[in-house]
Order: sequence, then C-alpha cells, then structure tokens
Amino acid sequence: MIYTLCFLLFTIGLYGVTCKKNIVKIILGLLIMEYSINLFLILLGWRKNGIAPIIDQSMSHEVFVFQAVDPLPQALVLTSIVIGLGVLSLMVAISIRLYQRYGTFDITEMNKLKR
Amino acid sequence: MVEFLIGVFIFFMIIAAIIALETSDLLSAIISVGAIGVAASICFLLVGAPDIAITQMVVEVLSLVILIRATIRHDLTAINGDREFFGLTITIALLFAFFLFGFKAFASLAEFGVPAMSRFFDAPSNTYINSGFKETGASNIVTSIILDYRGFDTLGEVTVLFTAIWGALAIMRVYSRKKRKNRDKHE
Repeated sequence: MIYTLCFLLFTIGLYGVTCKKNIVKIILGLLIMEYSINLFLILLGWRKNGIAPIIDQSMSHEVFVFQAVDPLPQALVLTSIVIGLGVLSLMVAISIRLYQRYGTFDITEMNKLKR
Repeated sequence: MVEFLIGVFIFFMIIAAIIALETSDLLSAIISVGAIGVAASICFLLVGAPDIAITQMVVEVLSLVILIRATIRHDLTAINGDREFFGLTITIALLFAFFLFGFKAFASLAEFGVPAMSRFFDAPSNTYINSGFKETGASNIVTSIILDYRGFDTLGEVTVLFTAIWGALAIMRVYSRKKRKNRDKHE
C-alpha cells in the first residue's frame, strides 16, 4: 500500500516531465521523481519496530542485530541525494541560459534549432 | 502507528506535488516542492534514518535557493495551458497504463516492514550490521559503509558532484576566455 503511494508520487512527477510546457515545471517534476525514489528505497529497508543503525553503549550486540534497520539503502541514498543537488544546479544553469537566449521558459517557443 | 504516519505524509506529498505542478505561479510551485522535501525528511526520521533526514534538510534548503535564483528575477513566470489536446490525452493514457503495470509489480513485493536482509541471511547488510563495529570502529553503521566498505563509491560520488558543479559554472560563465582577452586588448 505504502509502496504504491510512492509509485503514485513517481507517476505524478513523470506527468510533470511529459506534459508541462514551462521548463521550471519540468525541473520540479524531475525533483519529485527523485524524492519518491529515495523515499521508496529507504522504506524498502525498514524493519517493523526497527531502530536506527547506530550502536549504543548500553545495548547488547544481539538486540542490535535483530532490531536495526537495513543500513545499505541508507548509505546509497545518501550518495544519491547529494548527486541530485549537483544535477539540479546544472539543470537550473541550463534553464537560465535558455531564458537569456529566448526570453521565455516555454519549451514550445524554443524552436531555433528546428529551423 | 509508523505505517499510518508514513501513509499520511506520503498523501501530503502527493497533494503538494499536484499543487506544485498545476499552480500557475512559479514561486508557489517551488515552495510546494520544498514542502515535499520537508515531508520526506520527516518520513526518513520516522523509519530510522537520521543521517538521511539531516542531509535531505540541508539539500532541500540549498535547492530551494538555487531554484528561486532561477525564477525570481524574470518577469514572465506564468505560462498557462498544456500541450496540444491530442498528445496530452495519449500521454495521460500511457501514464495510466504505466501506473497499472507498476501497481501489479508492487503487489508482488514483500509486505512493508520486512526488509530483504531478514529474508536472505547471506545478504551483505547482515555482514555490515554484525561486524561493522568490530572491523571499522564506527558506531554508526551507515558511516562505516560509505567511508570504509564502499569508499570507492563515495569517491565516484564526489567526482560526479565536482563534474556537475564544474559544468554549471562553465554554462553560467558570462564571457569565454578568448573573448575576454580580445576585449582587454581593445581597451
């Protein structure tokens, strides 16, 4: 059920990328897709009544092994979030350049390459 | 309880996503995307990922600043209307079919709350949790993974980040180096 809600969020982001004319809206759609995928990967590693994978002094090792959530998706998603920031800044730079060139954010007006 | 809260937050994120894509004012669209990011950060806190929650918060603030820089000075921010009707209808029908296929695929996953590492006992996550503290000395297992077990992965991440920022700077540069030299000679 919760995975399906995540997938619905992904589909909404895909709708924004495919059906919107404004280039900033397309960037926002890509951001929404990124959030939904990150959230889905983290939710895949959740264990019922789980705790964060940080060892406490007062906790015995066996209890930790059977209660901690999956740390591997967390490590990979940490990488993915930071890369998303770099890619976002690249996209925004390209969109600002396009605005200076064409004077609009509308992608249907940007047709100089076609002619 | 946690499942219910996460469901509520994802529902909130879906509503914010629809508002962000359908409003005509770009500034409010960007602020709605910020609301999605903050809700995602709270979800990460609820499922036991405090490192991700902190990173998500910082990245959220930075990306809002970058996006507002892209839109705030430009006069023409509101563009109304979608693509032409025929293409739009076909696209939405295809998206609906995509969602139905995904619905089928997601039904075949294990239920929420049972990670892969509790079903397969030779999964790498079990090794990390069992011997991560003994082998690396880091009490946070996520840190021991990104800086020790998968250190090369982090190196690749830094390379990608550096290349992306470099590309953004190269695109945003006002004058190319050759032109600037010519201009200096003129003056």
